[in-house]
Amino acid sequence: MDDASVHKAIVTPSAPRIMEQRQPKVVAKSVNVHYGEKHAIKHLSVNIPDKAVSAFIGPSGCGKSTFLRCINRMNDTVAGCRVTGDITIDNKDIYDGKLDVVQLRAQVGMVFQKPNPFPKSIFENVAYGPRIHGLAKDKTDLERIVVESLKKASLFEEVKDRLNHAGTGLSGGQQQRLCIARAIAVNPEVVLMDEPCSALDPIATARIEELIDELRQNYCIIIVTHSMQQAARVSQLTAFFHLGTLVEFGDTDVMFTSPQDKRTQDYITGRFG
Amino acid sequence: MSDHIAKAYDQDITALKTQLAEMGGIAEEQLANAIQALTKRDLKLADRVIQNDERLDELERRIEEKAILTIAKRQPMAMDLREIIVAIRVSSDIERIGDLAKNTAKRTHAISEALPRKLATGLSRMGAMAQDQLTQVLDAYARRDDEKGLAVWRSDEELDSLYNSIFRELLTYMMEDPRNISPCTHLLFGAKNLERIGDHTTNIAENIHYLIHGKTITETRPKKDVTAMMRASDE
Repeated sequence: MDDASVHKAIVTPSAPRIMEQRQPKVVAKSVNVHYGEKHAIKHLSVNIPDKAVSAFIGPSGCGKSTFLRCINRMNDTVAGCRVTGDITIDNKDIYDGKLDVVQLRAQVGMVFQKPNPFPKSIFENVAYGPRIHGLAKDKTDLERIVVESLKKASLFEEVKDRLNHAGTGLSGGQQQRLCIARAIAVNPEVVLMDEPCSALDPIATARIEELIDELRQNYCIIIVTHSMQQAARVSQLTAFFHLGTLVEFGDTDVMFTSPQDKRTQDYITGRFG
Repeated sequence: MSDHIAKAYDQDITALKTQLAEMGGIAEEQLANAIQALTKRDLKLADRVIQNDERLDELERRIEEKAILTIAKRQPMAMDLREIIVAIRVSSDIERIGDLAKNTAKRTHAISEALPRKLATGLSRMGAMAQDQLTQVLDAYARRDDEKGLAVWRSDEELDSLYNSIFRELLTYMMEDPRNISPCTHLLFGAKNLERIGDHTTNIAENIHYLIHGKTITETRPKKDVTAMMRASDE
């Protein structure tokens, strides 16, 4: 890479502490993303650990959501979008031409800003994924997967008596937990969350955050958030993006008390937008 | 550091700094007057020090309230967070320095006669040293000067040594003549107060370091106060 070193992110001294304890799950090397003429992500390299929550923060248009969408190849669907460089999950190249993208998206689940349940029953919302991926042996097995997923998403107790009611009839927070249940029903390894709480009230937000904290025992979670407090609360690692570059990636505790880069400092203290 | 997008946030932090500067100024004056009162047996001045201590208490309370409110309203991060936390800690150290100055002044009343000159000299010297440390550290805080703060942090060793020698000296006077015991005990407490003030200035220096670097000082401070292990027979 020509000027890759210029864009190399600062890795704070504490970053290896978490990285040492955990295997890197998602590894990106010199990733560049262009939307037509626009160079949206510049020479990004990063190791994202397994069984931890990594938060991506940064001002609007900094490339954090774009990079998130590279991890399950959602950018493939965007016209004019070109991704170069390497991204691997468990050392497997996800941009390999032979790779089944549908399979990849089961392995890498995604939760969006606005809850988007299917216009189907609560049960069907969760059962859909396991069914199309053939994960259930029979009807009983499918039921077991649905119940377990709803339990993992801390929603089961609230909906157990009305599994055949429409998913769209739930409250916003419940719908978001339903979407999380739907994402984890297919046994993903990585869960991407793109501002999962920005359409929710503080109580629903707290429940989702609690859920994220529980889920990190089993998954590699990457969350994009505009709320710095949320990043500070739920993540173990924080990455700060600015103008398409990864400026700083490190231990969340350090990032929010003494970040190394001035741009990080200015952003998290509310000095530029 | 550039300004916040929200201007009121800058005002909150500036208000904290201003109040702390005011507190520091009062504490310096209180300490100077307390030493003057005790060594010159100036009862009026001692009373003034005792009364003025309320101002420090009040300012500490105001700083604490402002800091808590700012945390609640703004959820400060990084440098801002350290700024606010350090303001709370430093104000508490200054308040304690004020208490120690007040306690020193109070002892003026307990000493019935003018002090033997040589004793007052030792205490004056210690007082001047403590005052200098306080002035330097407040200056370091105002200027965000880590080096200057660390210089104070290291120099506290000298104050400790001086305290040890005054302690020994006072013991000899007490052994010489039992009538010296009462005034010397008060002087001893006065000297101990000054030594404690020195410790508070090192706390402030440590906080300046934390404020600037986001890390605590790792080296251990040289401590020379050995009076806890001293016996009269050591002399």
